[in-house]
Amino acid sequence: MQLKEEHLRSLLIRGLAGDSSAYHLFLGELTAHLRSFLRRRMSRLPEETEDLVQELLLAIHNQRHTYDPGQPLTAWVQAIARYKLVDLLRRRSRTDRLHDPLDDDDELFAVADTEPAEARYDLAKLLKQLPDRQRLPILYVKIEGGSVADAAKRAGMSESAVKVGIHRGLKALAMKIRSIA
Amino acid sequence: MKTGDLVSLLAAGVEPIDARWTTRRYVLAITGGMLGALAITGGILHLNRGLSHEVLEPMFWLREAYCATLGSLGVLAVARLARPGIRLGVVPAGIGAVVVAMWTFAALILLMAPAQDRTHLLLGATAAVCPFLITLVAAPLFVAFVWAVRGLAPTRLRSTGAALGFAAGSFGALAYSLHCPELAAPFVGVWYLLGMLIPTAIGATLGPRLMRW
Repeated sequence: MQLKEEHLRSLLIRGLAGDSSAYHLFLGELTAHLRSFLRRRMSRLPEETEDLVQELLLAIHNQRHTYDPGQPLTAWVQAIARYKLVDLLRRRSRTDRLHDPLDDDDELFAVADTEPAEARYDLAKLLKQLPDRQRLPILYVKIEGGSVADAAKRAGMSESAVKVGIHRGLKALAMKIRSIA
Repeated sequence: MKTGDLVSLLAAGVEPIDARWTTRRYVLAITGGMLGALAITGGILHLNRGLSHEVLEPMFWLREAYCATLGSLGVLAVARLARPGIRLGVVPAGIGAVVVAMWTFAALILLMAPAQDRTHLLLGATAAVCPFLITLVAAPLFVAFVWAVRGLAPTRLRSTGAALGFAAGSFGALAYSLHCPELAAPFVGVWYLLGMLIPTAIGATLGPRLMRW
């Protein structure tokens, strides 16, 4: 488990430095742990687990600048996961359906659930609702995998506007999910 | 969208994170908020006319140090609360220690003063308005700190709101002190503190609504 923490931490730190493939591995491996973490806590809301897995991935990505490399990764991920879980339950006011304790859990990286799954809402559809200055940069860079320079040319925007558009667009997407989920 | 596709989307062309971004945001918030607080102090209120000779008194600097230290500890608390999974540690105890130190000093001053002077040492001439004016002066700092924290990820919104209210109140008191003619330690220990606690309460109340993400 200590090894797992170290492994994921080093992937994230490389991701924070801009290493896209390390970051991809980090998010991929983290997904399985998040899914398992949430399954155990949302046993009465099984159909919503995957929604929250995706909401959490977006939250972790959007807030990744708040990770302090000197800090245990488990503590950081767990604080975000618990915040989002409590937020979801509060939004629904269906707390009566959840009786599993939300206390600290050192087991986060001890268990994993890799079964691929889909959320109930369609992120691709939500993406279409974003304004062009956010939607196009996300489409060109994040979905089609082009460079920021290319996206800037195609969208007729400056490179920094493309970066800002991606950042704000993903934040807006997180807020949209939060309001429908 | 499948979760695996979302992972690919998020990881594609990811930009490096600038580690100084957070620090810059706090520096901007403190600078901007403080300029606003000074503008209210100098513009709506006015600078204390006795300022030029008051700066020669040790108590003037003790009061400034009291406000600045509490404000810095408040910002430190905010910075910790705004990062998921970081504990507050000894920061609240540090704030308590500074307040108790000021109260101890104030108690000594009251004990040593002649009985007829004690009421004035405690109430001065402006006790009735001091906490409210500090709250007014702290408003731009409060707004600036909320802006700073909204770019981060606080998970305990009430505590974060209280901490940023306290930081705003303390730096607000620092700015307000350029208007305020009161230098007695008992006055500063009670009414300045109350001026810091009003924004603290406002922050604790509004925190969950202002900083949800």
